[in-house]
This record gives sequence, structure tokens and C-alpha cells, in this order.
Amino acid sequence: MIDRSLRHVLMVLLACFGVLFVQLNRIQVFSNTELRENPANTRTVQRDFARPRGLISTADHEVVARSVPSDGSFEFQREYPEGELFAHITGHLSFNVGATGVERSYNDELVGRTPGLQLDGLTNLLSDSDSTGQITLSVRHDLQTAARDALGNKKGSVVALDPNTGEILAMWSNPSYDPNILASQDGAAVNQAYADLLADEANPLRASAYRDVYFPGSTFKLVTASAGLEAKVVTLTSPVFDVASEYVAPGTTHAISNFGGLNCGGDLLALLTSSCNVGFARLGAELLGPTRMIDQAQAYGFNTVPPIDLPAAAASQFPTDYGVEIRSPSLEIPAGVFENTPGLAQASIGQFDVAATPLQMALVAAAIANDGEIMIPHVVSEVRNKKGDIVDEYSPSVWQQPISVQVAADLRTAMINVVENGTGQVVGFPELAVGAKTGTAQLGTVPAKSHAWMVSFAGPVGAKPEVVIAVLVEANDADPEQTGGRVAGPVVRRMLEVFFAAP
Amino acid sequence: MELGLLVLGSLITVAAYGLTSLGRNASLPANIIPFLAMIVGMLLATHLIVRRFAPNADGLLLPLAALLNGLGYVIIARLDPALADSQAAWTFIGLAGFSATLILLPDVRKLEPYRYTLALVGVVMLLLPLTPIGVNINGARIWLRVGSFSIQPGEFAKVVLAAFLAGFLVDKRELLTISTRRIGPLHLPDIKHLGPLLLAWGVALIVMVAERDLGSSLLFFTLFIVMIYSATGRSAYVVVGFFLFSIGAVGAHRYFSHVQRRVDIWLDPFADPKGAGYQIVEASFAMADGGLTGTGLGLGSPGKIPFAATDMIFAAIGEELGLLGTTAVLVTFLLFMSAGFRVAHQARSNFEKLLAGGLTALLGFQTFVIIGGILRVMPLTGVTLPFVSYGGSSLISNYLILGLLVQISHRANAPDSRSSASRAVPGAGGRAEAGMTGGQRVRCGPHD
Repeated sequence: MIDRSLRHVLMVLLACFGVLFVQLNRIQVFSNTELRENPANTRTVQRDFARPRGLISTADHEVVARSVPSDGSFEFQREYPEGELFAHITGHLSFNVGATGVERSYNDELVGRTPGLQLDGLTNLLSDSDSTGQITLSVRHDLQTAARDALGNKKGSVVALDPNTGEILAMWSNPSYDPNILASQDGAAVNQAYADLLADEANPLRASAYRDVYFPGSTFKLVTASAGLEAKVVTLTSPVFDVASEYVAPGTTHAISNFGGLNCGGDLLALLTSSCNVGFARLGAELLGPTRMIDQAQAYGFNTVPPIDLPAAAASQFPTDYGVEIRSPSLEIPAGVFENTPGLAQASIGQFDVAATPLQMALVAAAIANDGEIMIPHVVSEVRNKKGDIVDEYSPSVWQQPISVQVAADLRTAMINVVENGTGQVVGFPELAVGAKTGTAQLGTVPAKSHAWMVSFAGPVGAKPEVVIAVLVEANDADPEQTGGRVAGPVVRRMLEVFFAAP
Repeated sequence: MELGLLVLGSLITVAAYGLTSLGRNASLPANIIPFLAMIVGMLLATHLIVRRFAPNADGLLLPLAALLNGLGYVIIARLDPALADSQAAWTFIGLAGFSATLILLPDVRKLEPYRYTLALVGVVMLLLPLTPIGVNINGARIWLRVGSFSIQPGEFAKVVLAAFLAGFLVDKRELLTISTRRIGPLHLPDIKHLGPLLLAWGVALIVMVAERDLGSSLLFFTLFIVMIYSATGRSAYVVVGFFLFSIGAVGAHRYFSHVQRRVDIWLDPFADPKGAGYQIVEASFAMADGGLTGTGLGLGSPGKIPFAATDMIFAAIGEELGLLGTTAVLVTFLLFMSAGFRVAHQARSNFEKLLAGGLTALLGFQTFVIIGGILRVMPLTGVTLPFVSYGGSSLISNYLILGLLVQISHRANAPDSRSSASRAVPGAGGRAEAGMTGGQRVRCGPHD
């Protein structure tokens, strides 16, 4: 009888151990990712600091982040040889204040935690190699330097990308910061420096090029023109808008005027060339209406966070609520009149609540340059193992397809015309086909101030465009009346010079 | 077989020790040869004593215990070299205690007539920390300060009380088996025979409330229920025991903040991951970090887990050796338990059966309680992982248990047991063993 009872006890114990085994599997294997990513878990970051970490290099082989052995509290010290130049791309890796940029979004690759790199490390178990991944950016050191030098001490952003692949070739925002200060192992100094950077009103920590939104101003007219061409409401040559100096949208008495109070009008080609507010406001508000404008803006990626391989990108904004229809479509106003048609008129020229990142405006130009397709933007082109073999390579893929091939071709024609005959003549090169659209986004302040924009594409004459450049110079007191052509244009010009001069 | 397994266990321990050092400093420890010699020497000496005094004993028990002890030592050495030195000393004393048990107690049944003395000794040991010579450590009053050492008499009280219970139950099992009343499907014994159960309940409550040692309290009570059930085969005792446990648990939860706190942490350790839940949360993080194969010995950071060398050592193993390592530990305990219950099954007297079964179950449930606490299967209560955790009292008492099991096993497997059986202490068997004669293997008492 005792034997029988003891057998029961053993069975109970076996059941207990069974429960332990199941729970052990859960904690250690099946739901361990959840535990590893718990915000209270400091193990992962601590381990990352005790291990070697891969290099980050530019497309033209300049090292922009590396780990060197250290005698400090951690075994390795992260260094950023280029200082502030690549800070908004590489980000920083700091024990005290965390990681940003590529350091954050490619952390697993840099420490060798991806399956590909681990498998690779396993086969090299007996050789003296670690499994860290070496990252090559698509960003070019020469273009990044050119962007910094051309922008000078003006606050603003420069984005250059390859419209055919989505590869970002330069992305610079001024002001920037020195990531070396935050990567220091002196915790108190790091915390102080971080507090100072956060307190700085110019916000140097923030990669404005893809994280801040601004009134896009007249560069947004490309989106309005796209909506018109896609809907076949307009072509480049018809209809012909009346020449006027003011436009008063239905439902308001507030007039929209042209820049500098000039008269303008004509067909779409003429409207784009002279960046005619009056014509585009009427096109958006009366001929296209809310639905077509919202759809076109969203097709370009507005109201969506772009899938760039960097953390915390901002979504550009296009307002989606214009109230109910208060007057049915008529021959005179085919789009009908809505409660906030005046707002739509403003939005159609990139004012009202429209806001875009410099990256987003570059992507608008990229769609036009790339036959209507926006490729997913990215800053990393490949990951190699320690031996130099490629373990992961970025393959271009389409993010959005906002316009047709024909509309893209029409808009290229129009943008080239802007350079040849309009507001963008400063970026013309005889041997290149350059298209551009300027923007001077008035902030409505007193005294008047404006953001200066230019988006452009360029390539050899008769061939597909090879590069897209977007430049934003933020409004400032030193030059309150700056315009896109005059202030942003020379930056674009300098970028094109460097891009096409390179072998 | 035992010798081969001991050598294997030693090699695993030494290899793990070497790997730890490689992981931490990329070099083999300078003392690895003396370390190997010391381990093999200690185990070889112990093996020789087993060969001399208990040659017929089960060959699995000692190697399994040595393996657990060795693995524990490696982890402790990795966490805190100073603790490792004392753990080595405790191991030596433990093995000495094990050997002494074999030499001084050739027949475990000699304990049987002293059952009431044992009961008294056990209860005194248990309550000793409540007297002025007891000290509070980490909130529990379960320690005695003797010179520069702290000992936990409760660890030894468990063994002593198990021996008392075995003797008492063998004596009284018939009485306890008779049911005088019936409630539904339950045959309840006379109320006065519930005495032992109520006594156990009272003792467990005192330990929990006065000494604030939830783990030991739970284990005492489990030990009593397991042994009473084993002796009588009556599930009524389990039901009543569970009922009493529920009353105690609910009452304790209502009136004692330290019990409430444990339960709250168990229900949601992540509510306060840097405060109350810190220990259990860090243990979970450590084990999650270990994953399937672990970070590798010496390559994790188990030092972040509070009490990593004692209560939480299983989490440290989980971090550096992964699911494979923790599963190996669980399997080792399962093998140990199977061996222990086999000893109980083969034992020749009911006293030995109950003692072997009770002690094995005690180690098994203790393992479940601490690992279950770490894995959030149940509230965490501070008990040691047998043979693995740092702690002198625990390790020595575990080796005493091992000594008793080995000795019982030896007598059970003796080819000619006439001599040992005839030396049975007169009157020891009591009524239950009345039918037992020398040389005849009695598997169980009267069937009901």
C-alpha cells in the first residue's frame, strides 16, 4: 500500500515537473523576445556595449562609425570620425541616452544578431572572427559634404536620392551635433551634453530632413498638377486659366494673391512655370475638389510614415476634412462647393494645414523622375560580414505609385520648362536635363517670413533622371524675403555640380 | 557503475569550470589541475566509503547529487569566488556527513525507537531561531549565529521530523487507516487521529508567521501530508490537508503583508520591475536572454539577479546554459527522484519505505517550489535548490538525506539480509511489521 501511495506521490511530482518544463519553454524560447524587448530590460543594451560592433561606411568608403577597444567602463568605445556630418544618419549609440539613427535601426546587424550573420559566425566557429555586420550606406561622403558646405550656416535640410532605387545619397540638416559627445563613457558628461542639446531651440539632435514638417508652399503645386492631369481635368495646354492677380474662393472674401502681387494665368505649363497661385488655387478648389486632392496627396505618401530604414520618421500631412457639400457641382464650379473650399484652395498651393518633410518633397520629385513610381527610401545599401561577403543587400521596391507614366512625363516637361524659362533658371546646365519646382512658403507672420524650397531632378539630356534633390532653407530673420529660386536654388546647383562631376 | 558515473560527473564539472574561466578571461584557470584532483579525490574517497559500508547501494544517487553539487559550484564560483571557497568547504563537510551517516548508522531502523525524541529535537530546532540566539537575515528569522557562521536549523529539522513521522506513522498507521465516519465519498478517520495533521498545520503556521519563512512552511506541510498519505493510502488526509492549507493561505494573505506582497508580485511582477518585482523580473530577463542554448558559461550577466547564488541559482543556469541546461537540471532531479522512490520501493521495512519516500518527495517538492517560484508558476518563496544552491545548512542536510537513502538502498539490495534483519531493534516494527520475518522481503502491510 505504501508503494502504491508513493507511486501517486511520484506521479504528482512528475506532473509538477511537467508544468515547470512547459513554463521553462515559454520563458526561455517561445516568448523570450517579449521579455528581451521589455523596456525594463537593460541586459541587451549592456551586452551590446561589451561586444565589438560593426563599421558604418559611406557608399564611397569613408568610415563614419567604428568601435575601438577601450579601457573605460565598457570594453569598446564607439567613435564617429566625421562628427556632426553624419550624425543624423548614423545617429549615436549611448549607454545613457539610448541609440538613434542607423545605430538603432540596424542594431541587430551591427552586433551580429541577425540569423544570417549568426549562421555565418557558426560556420567560422573555429576561425578568429566575430559575427558583427559591416554596414555600407547608400549615402555618399562627397555629396553629404557638399550639402553641408552649400547650406552653410543657414538652418535647413538637403535631401538627395536616386529616384530609380530609393537610395538616399545625401541627407543633411543644419544644425547637427557631434555624436561623439553622447557616445562617451563619462555618464555625467553625457547627461549634461544631452540636456544642453535638448534645451537648444534649434534642436540639433533632430534630423529635420525626415523628422520635421514644413509648409511645402509652391512645391506642392506638383501634387495639385498631378491630380489635375490624372483626372484628365487639365492637360499641359488646356484649359487656359484667366490672367489675374487675385483669387477669391467660393465661401470666403479673403483673396489669394500671387507672389509679389503679379498677374499670371495661362495653361498648366504656364502656371507651373510662373508658379501661379491664383491658377492652382482655382484648379484645386473648383475643378478638382476635396476627394481628388486628398487621394492624390495620399498617393504621394502624405498622411503615411514613409518606410525609410531610420527610426521615428514623420508623416507629412494633407488635411482630409473639408466639411459637407453646400453647393452641388455646376458648369461653373465642377467640383462643387464645400464648407471649407477656401481651405482647399489654400491647401492646393501648399498652405493651410499642409505640411511636408524635405524627404517627402524629394519623393514627390522622385515619382515624377521615375515614371510615376516612388521607391522605398533607404540609407543602407548592404550588410557584409567581417570577411567582406555580402549577407544582406537592399533590393529596390516600389512604395507608392501616385501617377501614370504619361503624367510623370508631362510633369518632367513642365519642370524642365521651369528651369529653362521660369523660377528655377539658377539650376540650369547646358549638358543636363534639369527639372525643378521652387517654393516660397509664406508663414503669414509680421513681418513676412518664408521657407525657401526647391525640388529638382537631373540627368543627361534624353536619358532618365539620375538624381533628385530637395532643399529647404527655413525662414529666418536675416533674410526675411528669401525665395526658393534665389536661396535654395544655389544649394541644388552645387549638389548637381558635385553629383555630375564625380567619376 | 558508481565510480564511472562519478568520474563522468567530475569531468563535466571540471569542464564547466574551465569553460567559465575561458568565457570570462579567455584563459584556463591556473588552479584547474588541483581543482580536478580535489574533486576526484573527494568523490573517490566517498566512493570508497560507500563500497566499504554500503556496497549494495544504488549506484545512481551519489553521482547525481555530485553532478548537481558540481554544477552549482561552477555557477557560484562564476558569481562570487569568495562564496565558492565556503561552498567547497560545505561540500567537504557534506560529504563527511554523508560518510558519517553510512559509518555510524549501518541500519537506519535504529532511529525508529527514538521517534518521539526526534520529534522533540525537530520542533526545538525549528523554533530555536525564535529565541534570542536567532537572527533575522533578509527578513526571515530562520538563522542561528554560531561564532562567525550562520546556520539554518530548519534545514536539519526537516530531516529529523521526516524520521519521526516515519516512525510514528508506521506505529499508528492501522489506527489512522480505520475510518469511523463518512462524509460523502470521503471516509474520515476519527477526529482524534487528525492530531498529527493539525500539529503539522500548527507548526507550518508558526514557521510562516513567526519566522516569515513561507517556503519552509509550505515544505513542512507538504512533507507531512505526503507521509501521512503514503502511510495510510487515504486520500481523505490529502483533502483535509488541502482544506487546512487553503484556510491557512487565505488567512495569511488577508492578515500578513509579507504574504500579500509575495502574491502581488507573483500576479504581476512587471507592475514594479525596478522595485518589488525586481528579483523575479531580472530572473525572467536572464532566462529569456539564455534562450535555447544560453549565453555560454561566463558570458552572461547573472550577477544582475538578486540572490543569484542561493534562491535564484536556477535562473543563472538558465541564462548561461539556456533551455538545454535547465532541462538537463530538471532531468537530473527527475532521475534522482526516480532513484529515491526506487529505494523506497525496494526498502525492506515500512519505516525505511516511508523515510526514503518522504525524504525523496521532500527534495522533489522543494525543487518544484523554488523553480516554480522563479518561473512564476507560483509565488516565489525562498528555499534552496537542493545540492545546487549556495548554503551550508542546506547542502549538509541534503547530503545527510542522501546518506539515509544510500544506506536504506544498501540494506534493501543486500544478497543475504538475515544478518541485518535479525539485528532489528526489538519492538521497532510495531504492529504494522508484525508479519515480517528475517530474510523475507515484505513489500507492504495489510491491504485494505
